[in-house]
Amino acid sequence: MKENTKKKLKLKVSAIKDGTVIDHIPAKNLFKVISILGLDKIENQITFGTNLESGKLGAKAIIKVTDKFFKDNEINKIALIAPHANLNIIKDYKVVEKRIVEIPDVIKGIVKCFNPKCITNNETITTCFKVVLKEPLSLKCRYCEKITSGEQIKMY
Amino acid sequence: MKKDLISITDYSKEEYLKIMKLASEFEENPNQDLLKGKVVASLFFEPSTRTRLSFETAINRLGGKVIGFADPGSSSASKGETLHDTIKMVSNYVDLIVMRHPLEGAARYAAEVSPVPVINAGDGANQHPTQTLLDMYSILKTQGTLDNINIFMVGDLKYGRTVHSLLMAMSEFENPIFNFVAPYELQMPNEYKIFLEEKGIKYFEHKEFNDIISEADIIYMTRVQKERFPDPIEYEKVKNVYILRNSMLEKTKANLKILHPLPRVNEIHSDVDSNKKAYYFTQALNGVFTREAIITHTMNLK
Ligand SMILES: [Zn+2]
Repeated sequence: MKENTKKKLKLKVSAIKDGTVIDHIPAKNLFKVISILGLDKIENQITFGTNLESGKLGAKAIIKVTDKFFKDNEINKIALIAPHANLNIIKDYKVVEKRIVEIPDVIKGIVKCFNPKCITNNETITTCFKVVLKEPLSLKCRYCEKITSGEQIKMY
Repeated sequence: MKKDLISITDYSKEEYLKIMKLASEFEENPNQDLLKGKVVASLFFEPSTRTRLSFETAINRLGGKVIGFADPGSSSASKGETLHDTIKMVSNYVDLIVMRHPLEGAARYAAEVSPVPVINAGDGANQHPTQTLLDMYSILKTQGTLDNINIFMVGDLKYGRTVHSLLMAMSEFENPIFNFVAPYELQMPNEYKIFLEEKGIKYFEHKEFNDIISEADIIYMTRVQKERFPDPIEYEKVKNVYILRNSMLEKTKANLKILHPLPRVNEIHSDVDSNKKAYYFTQALNGVFTREAIITHTMNLK
């Protein structure tokens, strides 16, 4: 087991036996990812590393969650803030599956509606958007029906 | 499942046609006690005497009772109560909520909070579906059909919610033709043009407002409001360009009717009023029958 850990040293955080490794998270969004996935509210063992070197992202972060396997609709919530994140599903120290995140069809919470006259910006309401276009990302507000896109997209 | 009416696209084509049929029945016989024993909340978080009186007349003609408020000053919202709490409270008392609110999306949210159906009587610049249904009823009544209609939309096509909703609804019918007449600043937004292109529906854009209207079946006039222009000089340039005058109607089709959601400012000259093609005052009366139809449909009474 010790040798296995050594092999994985390049990850700079210790290996897990069973669970999920989420890699290529932009370092600045690490805590947002933790909060969106509710990792701050579960009992599982979690290790994370941040400000690690990464060619394409600048500083990246990585999260390892023991005994946790995400459903697509759970993990896709982070697509907006970690579009290049990928998941390694670990069983008995081995990567048994790799997955990438995908922008979901509906986005609940996370993003603010750009329209100052929208009810969601004037009362405590969880926002809800239909994704009308993924690239460039265009979101239609369920409430005011206006499109929030491009640089208008702001997270809570 | 309850049948709210928040956006015009909440209804299918079949529902549009059902509302049209019911509206003509109510026009024949406006007083029907279908709402007897029912209480309807009329919540106007933003004053609109015209729309409120139309709805309350419809409710009264159906034999229902109305509670509510006509302006935000007399509502609990003025004491800082959230929309959520107002709707939770009121929906315990009534069988139906009719509401107007200055914020966009307020009606959709209210419908989520409320166990009784909600009819949107206007949410900011977003939606005003009962206006659209009464516009459609006016078109059907004067043209005998909702198919093959050539509609000229004139004035503020950018912010005018009534033209957007009418465009969406009329696109459900056979072979409509849309003509957009607007200054550059107030053109029909791209998303609607793309929508028409995807549906294969013809539209034409014009800057000039003159004899191009000879082919029109319907001219839908809207207000060009000064506050829509970032530069007041631009407003001064166009404010008199999009005015309909009686002299312009000489070479138009015999079946042409002129609609306007009202109130108007100066975009229809008063010399048009006596022309039999002027329909905007009758259009307003159609609102009562259309709203009687919408209420009975919403409450599964017909
Ligand atoms: Zn919104």
